[in-house]
Amino acid sequence: MSVGTAEEIKFSDELMAFIEEWKNKPGNLIMILHRVQGEFGYIPRAAAMKVSEMIGIPLAKIYGVITFYHFFKTKKPGKYIIQVCLGTACYLRGGQDIMNELETILGTSVGHVTDDGLFSIEAVRCIGCCGLAPVMMIGNEVFGKLTPEKVPEIIADFRNRA
Amino acid sequence: METVKIKIDGIPVEVAAGTTILNAAKLAGVKIPTLCAHPDLEPWGACGICVVKTENQMGVSPRLVRACTTKVIEGFNYITHDPELQSIRKTVVNLILSNHPQECLTCGRNQQCELQRLAEEFCIREVAFPSNVRRVPKDNSTPSIVLDATKCVQCGRCAQVCQQLQGVWALEFIHRGENTRIAPVADSTLNESPCIKCGQCAAHCPVGAIYENDETDKFLAAVKDPELHVAVQMAPAVRVALGEAFGMLPGEIVTGKIYAALRRLGADAIFDTNFSADLTIMEEGSEFVKRLTTGGVLPQLTSCCPAWTNYMEEYYPDMIPNFSTAKSPMMMQGAITKTYYAEQKGIDPAKIFSVAIMPCTAKKHEIERDDNMHASGYPDVDLVLTTRELARLIKMAGIDFANLADEKADSPIGAYTGAATIFGVTGGVMEAAVRSAYFLVTGEELKDVNIVATRGMDGVKSGVVDIKGTKVRVAIAHGLANVKAVLDEVRALREAGQPQKYDFIEVMACRGGCIAGGGQPYGTDDDLRAKRTAGLYKDDEKCTLRCSHHNPEIKEIYEKYLGAPLSEKSHHLLHTTYEKVKTYKAL
Repeated sequence: MSVGTAEEIKFSDELMAFIEEWKNKPGNLIMILHRVQGEFGYIPRAAAMKVSEMIGIPLAKIYGVITFYHFFKTKKPGKYIIQVCLGTACYLRGGQDIMNELETILGTSVGHVTDDGLFSIEAVRCIGCCGLAPVMMIGNEVFGKLTPEKVPEIIADFRNRA
Repeated sequence: METVKIKIDGIPVEVAAGTTILNAAKLAGVKIPTLCAHPDLEPWGACGICVVKTENQMGVSPRLVRACTTKVIEGFNYITHDPELQSIRKTVVNLILSNHPQECLTCGRNQQCELQRLAEEFCIREVAFPSNVRRVPKDNSTPSIVLDATKCVQCGRCAQVCQQLQGVWALEFIHRGENTRIAPVADSTLNESPCIKCGQCAAHCPVGAIYENDETDKFLAAVKDPELHVAVQMAPAVRVALGEAFGMLPGEIVTGKIYAALRRLGADAIFDTNFSADLTIMEEGSEFVKRLTTGGVLPQLTSCCPAWTNYMEEYYPDMIPNFSTAKSPMMMQGAITKTYYAEQKGIDPAKIFSVAIMPCTAKKHEIERDDNMHASGYPDVDLVLTTRELARLIKMAGIDFANLADEKADSPIGAYTGAATIFGVTGGVMEAAVRSAYFLVTGEELKDVNIVATRGMDGVKSGVVDIKGTKVRVAIAHGLANVKAVLDEVRALREAGQPQKYDFIEVMACRGGCIAGGGQPYGTDDDLRAKRTAGLYKDDEKCTLRCSHHNPEIKEIYEKYLGAPLSEKSHHLLHTTYEKVKTYKAL
């Protein structure tokens, strides 16, 4: 998938069909943005511009929506998205220590991507397995009962997969 | 009309159903303080300063409501002022002030700021909460306006004007909660956004968060330079608004005083953009007659308004063939100042510093649009100052403006007719064009030059002008959101291969026309628009000559220099070209 200008960026046939189907229906914007993020992992500026052109909603309004909801990302996330739980249970069991360790060994901070594009760190509130606190997710894999000492090994494992 | 009977602080009033408490209070002679509300805009209850109380009545328990967004209910009494309300409002003002830099002394809105006025009205001597100012870098990316979001009070007026009145969508809030801030589209710069530089955001901002790019220092440097011959022109709308800055009434015609003040400020030659408004009519009117009689592209669209030109190039580039090639009066005046005038007076055009006093911020951008703005071989206009900037220069120079004796403009490009002066108001360009088009088509003079159908504040006006059997269908639109509707219709008819409804369309970007431009004195609303408009029509009536083709200096410039309208020389100096511009630049 190329990411250039609004003229250059390519949407998949499924996405194009989805937008065509919904372009004139009220309340379509957020649904379409979900699909765009599903396809690119984030909402590239060129994609937002293409959506604006296709459904006739001003780009300023689209950015008002994208920046309002935390779910939508305007920057390309890492290949592996690390979600560290800072919900009540995890926080009490040392979630912040896990976060600190990650930030140290990856050399980046929450909300950002490593220079090599491999990892991005996000803070989340509860992923539904408080019994395993503190937990984090990388992609779809859950890591529970963490200690800061276990973190480097997990990261090394993902580095080897890349 | 259905009405409801209510009471404001016990004062009985009868108002139309659906009236807001705020407007009902005005009718009862009660002033409720506001910050985000503006009569041009839909209320949206952002600031909370207009909060009022309802009593325990008609089965509804007492409550606090925002007067701007709440409609009156039959039989209700609304309490607008008591110690509790004053305390609540004072808290709101304090909260806003805690997020606002206390830099009033160096702010462009010092003494003209709506927040400052509230702080004064509520006797705030010390801000009740610790300062929590979020610093955002200033956006200086355009030559027209500066966005200083650090001073923003998040009233939302600028975004509403930009989106609803102008349909431009350059500005919108981004992020949420305490991180909410105003920003050009997608957090870019104004220059990269679709901003058309009209400055209506600056005219509506209650504080100093968006303002004209102040260039008064450039004027001061030019008049100080003995090498330079400073030639100044002034737009029609300036003469009925500048007086407001000196305690005079809106609409008071101060043309002669402005000429005098400009001479005292050190200008060497005083001209009037009205001269070139007459010249515009000769060129644009002739262009229209040519299109009409030779099957050219119609409807012709007027091209005097630079914000409108920017809008067209971004949003309706398919209308370029319809666009008059005539430059704006300001650019025509600049071009002939450095050619015709320079030749007549034997002045080296390289030594002429050409200044334009304009009601408009887009004019600051227009002078560097493209190479056509250097038709004389030099920048045809070197500097544009808004009405507000001229007021500052006059105050700085200690000139007692209100008591100045009237003076006259200089020849040979300073005289004007009534047709030119109404260029500053919606419908005025069309009225002026019709007065001369009648002559250009028939060779006869129009008996009654007052074309009333072109006047008034309706967003879109239309009519048919009978030029001895030739029916010319005209339309006038102002406020770009209104213009959009007209253009969409033109586009739809063209794409369907159907005949057009209009032959000639006048467009002005700002509601009411230039008299309510983005560079005019603050406080513009429909009441002020009506007064300034009345001033220009009065100026028209005062003129002995009321048709552009009667202006003796216009006849002279064609005889001595240009030859005829649409001549080769005219085309070189007075006409221009347009091109498609990306709505979202460099994004």
